[in-house]
Amino acid sequence: MAEILFYVFAAIAVGGALGVVLQKNPVGSLLFMVVSLGSVAGLFVLFEAHFLAAIQVIVYAGAIMVLFLFVIMLLNLGHDYRADLRLGFWSVLAFATVGGLAGLLARQFRGAEESPIYQHFPGPAALDSLIVEQGVVGVIARPLFTDYVVAFELTGILLLVALVGAIVLAKRRV
Amino acid sequence: MSETYIPVLLLFGVSVLNAVGMMVATHILNPRRSTPQKDMPYESGMIPLGDTRARFSVKFYMVAISFIIFDLEAIFLIPWAVEMRYLGWEGFIAVSIFVAVLVVGLIYEWKKGGLEWD
Amino acid sequence: MEELSPTAFLISSSIKVFAVFSAAMLIVAYMTLLERRVSAFIQDRLGPNRVGPFGLLQPIADGLKNILKEETLPATANRTFFILGPMLSLIPALVTFAVIPFAAPLPTPWGVVDMIVADIPIGILYVLAFASLGVYGIFLGGWASNNKYAFLGAVRSSSQMVSYEVALGLSLIPVLMLAGNVTLTDIVWQQQLMGFWFVFPLSLAFILFVISAFAETNRLPFDLPEAESELVTGYHTEYSSMKFSMFFIAEYSHILMASALMATLFLGGWSIPFWNGANAYYHDGAWIQGFTAAGEPIPAQLAWWKTLLTLLAFAVKTGFFVLVFVWVRWTLPRFRYDQVMHLGWKVMLPTALGYLMLIAATILVLDQLAVEGFLFGFVLTVVSLLCTLGFVFFLDRDRIISGASVPPHRLTPSPVTRAESETLSPEMAARALGEQ
Repeated sequence: MAEILFYVFAAIAVGGALGVVLQKNPVGSLLFMVVSLGSVAGLFVLFEAHFLAAIQVIVYAGAIMVLFLFVIMLLNLGHDYRADLRLGFWSVLAFATVGGLAGLLARQFRGAEESPIYQHFPGPAALDSLIVEQGVVGVIARPLFTDYVVAFELTGILLLVALVGAIVLAKRRV
Repeated sequence: MSETYIPVLLLFGVSVLNAVGMMVATHILNPRRSTPQKDMPYESGMIPLGDTRARFSVKFYMVAISFIIFDLEAIFLIPWAVEMRYLGWEGFIAVSIFVAVLVVGLIYEWKKGGLEWD
Repeated sequence: MEELSPTAFLISSSIKVFAVFSAAMLIVAYMTLLERRVSAFIQDRLGPNRVGPFGLLQPIADGLKNILKEETLPATANRTFFILGPMLSLIPALVTFAVIPFAAPLPTPWGVVDMIVADIPIGILYVLAFASLGVYGIFLGGWASNNKYAFLGAVRSSSQMVSYEVALGLSLIPVLMLAGNVTLTDIVWQQQLMGFWFVFPLSLAFILFVISAFAETNRLPFDLPEAESELVTGYHTEYSSMKFSMFFIAEYSHILMASALMATLFLGGWSIPFWNGANAYYHDGAWIQGFTAAGEPIPAQLAWWKTLLTLLAFAVKTGFFVLVFVWVRWTLPRFRYDQVMHLGWKVMLPTALGYLMLIAATILVLDQLAVEGFLFGFVLTVVSLLCTLGFVFFLDRDRIISGASVPPHRLTPSPVTRAESETLSPEMAARALGEQ
């Protein structure tokens, strides 16, 4: 059952991602991206990463995609922009970059079980007992506010920088 | 624990079917007698002027950016809130610093007029 | 009583899904009648009372009419997104009902069935996730119509919903502190254990939540997205027949959901006040009613009549908030757009942040002093009450909730104040002040 659902969600995620690229209308692309992000949340649930699944939808589908929607409206990109879609140097470069990244990712995953990062992962059984003991949110919260507290504070500063940057750009007298 | 989501999938399916069913039912049952006047965008009886898809003010972009920043802040506070009594004063201090940093951002935006709406 | 077998779980879940879905649709249909009848009562009219006894068949007549009416599709509209808009608005609104616990668990011959569609571990976060997706339907609907009123309504609505989502999220945080978990079953259980509905120890969070919920559901005084005196009807100007109806079903589902959430988060959900007999919680593989003074679990006494009674209690609490939504509609005038943004970003956000830090500090101090039970709730209630009074009286300054309470002389600003008149010549000052 879980395996079938995994393939269903994975197929929707990949299909949605293809839709983003193949759609001519930017708003259509955006909706496909929401679909894709939503099915990734489904995959997170199947991996027992419940909190991440919720965050995936709240932050990516519900907040960042809304910003994208606003930007599309801001730039008045609502129409079909077939004329802008030409095969040129930049699109070749874009495909090459994506290909390179995919290759890197594949290489990373092939040797994943021997890599040092994987050794820290407690494994599915240990994770299950940890979730039962600390709750789905506690599993994230306890390390985040103890071992990784510096990273947490840095995130706050990163958010501040993003906010200040946006204000500087938007409030500049042109 | 992911098996507890099965009813959610069911409810999602029922809701989608319901929405599609409503669309199809109304499409089959209702009459369509369109005239050019009926198909015009409604502008209080005037002939529509200009393009609707106008550019939007940059203020809405500021709203969206502020929303993302403070929504992320709220999201970071949720795990702390749940485990607050376990994490104790150390967690409280960590979160106080985090909130203080973002309050600085809020004050900056406020003073710069990013929250003004005239 | 043992746990449900997988088959029994599937069957009971399917029954619950269909029951909750049908109940939600039926209640939403009758909420339209309720709104019209209560509005009529407030305005000293009769309201719809011709179709069936007391107008009870009116929603059915409305539904039939909506399906059979001609639908228009503006020639300039983007067809795909125009059709997608109402659907994307309706689906997230209906899906959120899955995580609301609506009654005490029901004992059956096949095991104990908990009265919640899906007790998923992310509870309230699931509601937040789908609430944040509600923007798309409204925005697409308004944008695809290619109508200026609809577009303005969509823009207003999306930025308003987005602004108040932050305050909504922050007002939930004190609740999560006291509940110690994100599932709504835990939130109800902690209120039962504590003996305090969270509306008392967290009164300011409740107020902030209610204000944000009104803004999220686009109801008066936050109904700028469909301000009929400015934008015809806002984002659904071009919609007719069932598509129009779908936007309305979505809006009323949001109201129902918001009311159910207020009841669950702040009024103890399905628990019956001053009676512990129906309390039940799944703890370490058994249903328990509470703990003895020594910390021993007390087994829960489940019964079908307790399920019915608690369902009734939940319905009464939710119904109360639905009535409040209608009542407020005819009490408060609409905000101006800059006032909405001002309230959201400059009042609600800082207040929510300050309040949650204060509550956190109070809880930690009380924990350190090993204060428990009634005193714990009482101290929090006092602290919150002070915050609430401060919020209402100091931050308000006649701006937010003034309305009818403003003395008449403040409604008409005098053209010349006494201080200004001193700079004028004597006869001009006399004339200016005399005209007031």
